[in-house]
Order: sequence, then structure tokens, then C-alpha cells
Amino acid sequence: MKIITCIKQVPASTNVQVDPKTGVLIRDGNNVKMNPFDLYALETAFQINSMTSNVNIHSVTMGPLSAKSVLEEALYMGSNTATLISDRRFAGADVLATSYTLSQLIKHINNYDLVICGKQTTDGDTAQVGPEIAEFLNIPHVPYVKEIIEIKDKSILLRSTYDDYDEIVEVYFPCLITVDKGSNVPRLPSYKRKIAFKNAVIETISLNDLNDKNPNNYGLNGSPTQVDEIFPPTSNTDSIEVFGSPKELSESLFKILKESKYL
Amino acid sequence: MSYIKVNNDKVTKEIAEKLINICPFNAFDYENSKLSINASCKICKICVKKGPVGVCEFIEDEKILINKEKYKGITVYIEQRNNIAHLVSWELIGKAKELAIKTKENVYAVVIGNDVENIVKEALEFGVDKVFVYEDDAYKEFNVEIYTNVINSFYQKYKVNVILFGGTTQGRSFAPRVAARLKTGLTADCTMLDITEDGDLLQIRPAFGGNIMAKINTPNHRPQLATIRYKMFDEPKKANPKGKVIRESNDNISKKTTIEIIQSFEKPQVSDISDAEIIISVGRAFKKKKDIELLEPLRKILNAEFACTRPLIENGWFDARKQIGLSGRTVKPKLIINFGISGAVQYIEGMKDSELIISINTDKHNKLFDISHYSIHGDLYEILPKLNDLLDQIL
Repeated sequence: MKIITCIKQVPASTNVQVDPKTGVLIRDGNNVKMNPFDLYALETAFQINSMTSNVNIHSVTMGPLSAKSVLEEALYMGSNTATLISDRRFAGADVLATSYTLSQLIKHINNYDLVICGKQTTDGDTAQVGPEIAEFLNIPHVPYVKEIIEIKDKSILLRSTYDDYDEIVEVYFPCLITVDKGSNVPRLPSYKRKIAFKNAVIETISLNDLNDKNPNNYGLNGSPTQVDEIFPPTSNTDSIEVFGSPKELSESLFKILKESKYL
Repeated sequence: MSYIKVNNDKVTKEIAEKLINICPFNAFDYENSKLSINASCKICKICVKKGPVGVCEFIEDEKILINKEKYKGITVYIEQRNNIAHLVSWELIGKAKELAIKTKENVYAVVIGNDVENIVKEALEFGVDKVFVYEDDAYKEFNVEIYTNVINSFYQKYKVNVILFGGTTQGRSFAPRVAARLKTGLTADCTMLDITEDGDLLQIRPAFGGNIMAKINTPNHRPQLATIRYKMFDEPKKANPKGKVIRESNDNISKKTTIEIIQSFEKPQVSDISDAEIIISVGRAFKKKKDIELLEPLRKILNAEFACTRPLIENGWFDARKQIGLSGRTVKPKLIINFGISGAVQYIEGMKDSELIISINTDKHNKLFDISHYSIHGDLYEILPKLNDLLDQIL
């Protein structure tokens, strides 16, 4: 059984602000990390590995060359192989172009049974890439998976959680699932594996290795949406500021609630 | 192909440093006196607009433009389960009607299911011009593969301009599938929507995972798709139905699927904070779960519901349905009191329309103060015991 896990490198801090005068983004630090949701996606793959035999876990990511580090982390956690796809021509990709690129990458790897994605990323926050990849691959997807119940020959039995209900579904291979946070306890990278994979070469490919080589389907050109403008959120200027000792503050709060007839 | 070109003859070390500093995505590399752009570039064009003049240039290919006149109609997908419509659908009809006035388009509802007469009737009461109904045994339960085929069939027939989906768990799984099928753009969790006279949908949402709003549009693709969270917009008033019902044939829609629902469990009801009138919301300043009991006297006397921020859900302190914010619930209570919440933009977008906002925090820079009616600068661990003394006196 071959599992492909899609992971992403994201900024470690989400404390980004816009300078109201210049409109320039101010990012707090340059640190990056693996998208936290992807840790659960990887752990789900490792759990499947312990439930059935002959599992190969292949982790993939799209990003700059420095995104290799999340693939290394995936290998140290338990993945068998990894591929990075990187190309300047992917710059400016929105959800559609990103999903299309990843679907092309998955087709390039080929012969997979299951694709696992984190539910969403912490930088894009859209939760759209998983379902769009599935559509481009013409395979079914099951979102918000919280439990793998059984691996059968040709299908997988899953529990998935929605706002007001849970569903147990059986879905046939090949298929894609997205995994929510908290569905398992992701393992830490292992020191032993780190030594074992010390000289492992992470395959790096570019647009030229894909089946569809038309650059108009990738990056900015392949992106239907565009960002017109970025701006800071609006603020309420009539805010009344209350300062004082804890006693005065508690009295103020009491008074505010009383005056607005809540007490 | 469109890209950013760096004119290296104008690049000095200072200019390179300046550009590296203004790029929010670390997309510049400077090596051997040569400045280049790596794959992290998101083509936000800040380097072109705000960088030293003439160094970075945006090169764009000519595109074949679509004829926007051919795409008309603002459509709402009516989400339903067990033949009960999700209320977000009606809120979206209200918004669709506002948008349609600007562009003089019709407002459409699409209902997919089996035995959905009551939903069709309700959609008409909310004032849509047409309800397109797809009924079949195979549509009884939501199936993402089959439902995508239905929306695809609808779009191929009617070439509508916009389709709006509720940002529910179902909608957020369904809309991307539709977007990829129709090879068009989709903006998740819009907090505001507007439209230009020639029908370009302006989609506003928090972006880049931080305290920033982005205005997104889909300049050359149709349909334009967006998901919007429940309670983001107001439900319109019901009126005398004037719209038409159009029953579509399902003969040419494939009902093939490889997903089989084995069993479905309703979750136990928790009181829904979306409908609460008074909310006490708690954040990371609480050091342990037990400390939240300090708020119990206030909660009791106000008859308030507790709600919280995302980190507390991750700590396992609350049921996930108690979370306010874009990845949780949107709330519009009469009163919300925020204790020890730093106010990430995702949280603020989920509660900013509350009638009276009171926030208590030690950090004077916290973003929540910017939108609060009362900003109380202090430590909740010091204020609450004193407040509880005061409450004791009136109990």
C-alpha cells in the first residue's frame, strides 16, 4: 500500500501586521516550521503502517528549496521517501494553482492508494487544497477524519467529524483524506532515524518533470484569484479606556454592567 | 508568463538589503552581487510598489479576456441535512440580494436533495427570483462526488456569475471540489462581500495567517465562488414569494460514487454560542482550567454562555463548538466580555459585530482593545476576586 502525505512549511509566527502608512507587511521573524495540521496527517499514515503490512509512506511538499527541512522532519518521524517540487514559475499560486501543481506531482509519483493532507494550513487557513487535489486526481475525498477504523483490501473505513454529526464511511482506493488536529498524538522525530537518513537524498523536481509542462497552468498565471489590496482590520475609535487599581477596575466593570442594565 | 523581473544593473548592496527587508515572504536571494527571486515569491508586488523605483518590474503577458456579460445570476447553494436548511443559506440570500441590486442581476437558489418542498418554499419566501430544484433518491444524503456533478450540470446550463456556499464543515468540503471541477477561483471564509458594476465579486478575508485583511477578486474567471461563515451576515426578512420554481432533470447527472456512508451519529447538543445573547469569553491568560471558575458568579448573574479562543480548545478545556473565530463560531451577542484574550484577527472577525464589547487585558497593545467599547487595563486574577465580592453583595 502506498500512501502520499502532502505537507507544507509555514511561518512559525502568525504575528504579521500591515504598516498603515506604507501598506507594507511586517512579519515577525523569519522562522519556519511544519504546518501543525500536517503532523496529524503524518501520524495517521504511521498508524496505518502499524495496522497493515507493506506500507510505503512518501511525503511531498511544494515550496522553495529551503522547504526540504519539513521533508527531513517527515523522514525522521517515519516516512520512507520524500519529494520536493520547487520552481520559480509556481510563484503567486492561489488555491487552484497550488492544488493543480500538487495533483501533477502526485500523478508523477503514481501508483498510490491513499493521499493524506492536514485539514488546513496555519498560513492560508482555507482548508481547500485537499478537496481540490482530489478533484484534479478524479478520486473521492473524505474530510475531517478523526479515526481510521479498518484497512480493507480495496477500501478504508473511517470516522469523520462535522459540525453537528459524525459519520462512518467506507471509501475505495485510491482516495484522499484530510485529518484534523487532535485526531491522534503525533510522534516526535526519532534520533535513530535521523542518523539512518543522514545521507538520504531528497528527490527534487521542477515543472519540467511534470506531465503538464504548460507554465500557464501554474503559479500566478494558473491562479484565477488575485489579491487586490491588503489592509489592517478596522478598529472602533470610540473605545473607553479604563485604568486603575484592581479594586477600581472591578468597580468600573460592575458600574458598566449596571449602567447597561445587565446587573 | 507573468513574473517579477529584477533589473540587476540597478542593484547595489543597500538596495538588495532594502528589498530583502520589505519582502514579507523572504523571496529574495542576494549572492555574488546578484539579486534573484526564489520560489517563495507570492507576487504580492510589494517590491514593485514600495521598493526602490525601477529595480523590480512586474511583467505580465496579455490575456484573452472573457466576456463578463455572458455570466449572470448570483446563486446561493442551499445547504440542507435531513431536509432542514442550514440557516447560513438564508443569510447568504440576504447578501446576494444586496449584491444583485448593484449589478441588476437575478438571485438564484439551488436546492439538492430528496423531498425538499419545505426548503423550496422557504427560499421563495426569502425573495429569490428562481429556485432550481434537483431531486433524486441519490441526493438524500450529502455526497461530495454526486453533489459536485449536480452543481457542474447547473453551471454548464445557466453560466451564472457567482455561487455562494455556507462556510460550514459540509460547505468547506464541497465548494473546493466545485472550484476545481469548474477550474475557477474560490475564496474561503469571506467576512465581507461587495461587487463592482461589471460583476466582479470583491471578497474580503483575513490573510497570511495574521492581523491583515486582503481584498481578493477573480478578474477573468467565472463562476466566482466564495464560502461565508454562519452569522457573518443578517437573515433577510420574509416576504410574499414572487420567484419561480424550476425543476431540473437529473437523467444526465452521474450518481456514481465510491464513498459509502455506513453510519451517521448526531452529536449531543451543546448550547450554541451562535445564538447566545450574553457571552463571557476566555483566552490564554487563564493559567489553568480551574481558574475559569472565578467567572462562575458573573456567568450566573448575567445568565451568560461561556465561549473561548482556539488555544483553549487545543488544551481540551472546552467543547470545540464553544470556540469563537473563523475556525469556530461567529457570534453577535448583545454583550460580550473578553477575559485575557489577545485578539488574533481570526477571533476578532468572529465577534466584532457584538453590540457591547468589554475586554479585560494586561497588554495595552492587544488588538481586541481596538474594537472594544470598554477596554479595561488590568489583570483578571486581581480584578475577578474583587468583582466577586461586589457581586456577592447584590446576590
